[in-house]
Amino acid sequence: MSALVEFAGVSYSVGGREILRDISLRLEPGEKLILLGRSGSGKTTALKLVNGLLFPSSGHVLVEGKSTTEWDSVRLKRHTGYVIQESGLFPHFTVAANVGTVPKLENWPEQRIQARVSELLTQVGLDPKEFGARYPKQLSGGQRQRIGVARALAANPALLLLDEPFGALDPVTRLELQRQFQKLQTTAIFVTHDVREALLLGSRIGLLRAGSLEFLGPPPEFLHSQGEEARAFLEVLGAGHVV
Amino acid sequence: MWFELQDLAIEHIIMVAISMLIAAGIAIPTAIWLTRRAAWHRWVLGFANILQTIPSLALFGFLIPIPFIGGIGKRTAIIALVLYALLPILRNTLVGIMGVDAAVRESAVAMGMTPRQVLWQVELPLAARTILAGLRVATVTTVGTATIAAAIGAGGLGVFIFRGIASVDSGQILAGAVPAALMAILADEGLGWIERRFAPA
Ligand SMILES: Nc1ncnc2c1ncn2[C@@H]1O[C@H](COP(=O)(O)OP(=O)(O)OP(=O)(O)O)[C@@H](O)[C@H]1O
Ligand SMILES: [Mg+2]
Repeated sequence: MSALVEFAGVSYSVGGREILRDISLRLEPGEKLILLGRSGSGKTTALKLVNGLLFPSSGHVLVEGKSTTEWDSVRLKRHTGYVIQESGLFPHFTVAANVGTVPKLENWPEQRIQARVSELLTQVGLDPKEFGARYPKQLSGGQRQRIGVARALAANPALLLLDEPFGALDPVTRLELQRQFQKLQTTAIFVTHDVREALLLGSRIGLLRAGSLEFLGPPPEFLHSQGEEARAFLEVLGAGHVV
Repeated sequence: MWFELQDLAIEHIIMVAISMLIAAGIAIPTAIWLTRRAAWHRWVLGFANILQTIPSLALFGFLIPIPFIGGIGKRTAIIALVLYALLPILRNTLVGIMGVDAAVRESAVAMGMTPRQVLWQVELPLAARTILAGLRVATVTTVGTATIAAAIGAGGLGVFIFRGIASVDSGQILAGAVPAALMAILADEGLGWIERRFAPA
């Protein structure tokens, strides 16, 4: 099978600064790639290159074999679920309307939208009756994040991009959502700076360091990586975990 | 006198309403267009600013000799009122839309909204309160300025005021000024009420 997402020698510069440097990777259908890296390493930038919010300065990003520059800009985005780092909910939409954004844009019948919204809210642990009619500012940070996740999943996208989706959650809720994420069959690129989360959720880990992909491989291999940045992240796990 | 007041008040309201509709019809689309062209902001806002600094009586006077749009009467008055109302609407629409959180706008694009959907579903609703504030300010000012329109034969409540001034009759002046002030207060309150029904941007 062909790759669902492919980075082919991708660099991205803005204002003369190279933010991503010569990234190449392939993502097979069903795979879950975790992008790990420090703050400012280029993780969010890499995600935005996938759904065409940004375009490479050199190289190509291919989605389903087609360069993002050749995709219809709107189609590519509706095809891709995107969980925005700071949730990016619409402040003037209710929770239900936020979650139903893409189905509505895709002209689903109203009843089907409602059913899907209820299903998703329940899935992320928020009672549809209690939360559906609220506005984002009436939610806690963690609740907003979960709405952001539900919104990205709404129209059953073929590809999910998640930018630190669980950052604001308490450890218990976080684990619940991580478990659900593991069950999802959807191909996903998941950004985090939490090495524990990366090891738990990834079929592969990509480690970004100052815009370069320093490591790319499955979690067991990551645990044994001798790379400097990988070691630095593994240090965080504490002496007991470092092999 | 009572019937005359009624007629002049209605004439006044119609003059203001037509001017506001035209001004909003010009200023809001122009402001939307400007949000996509940052380089033009200074020029267009500067031009609207200059229009506003022209004393109103002088502007009415300037317009009279201009062919087609000028002359004595309502049309000239409405053109002058429109020119005055442009700036507050233009500025507030621009500020309102530019003030929409960049993250929210990006999120709308990322969800796959077309530029038109971003405008109608995100930018305009979030800017609505600011735009309405501009309309309110413009309307209140126009109600007052429209009294001067009587000087070029456009009618309205200004007729009483100018007649009162000519005959040194303060009763007549008040007969024009008080209803005009009430009208301005009502417009202010009414539009303010609508404005508050929209979420702050
Ligand atoms: N529009 C821009 N103009 C200039 N520099 C930018 C721009 N966007 C991002 N950067 C820079 O690019 C680098 C990578 O940014 P990016 O947002 O991809 O980091 P990140 O890995 O997602 O970080 P975090 O974990 O803090 O979210 C940062 O140094 C950032 O300052
Ligand atoms: Mg980021």
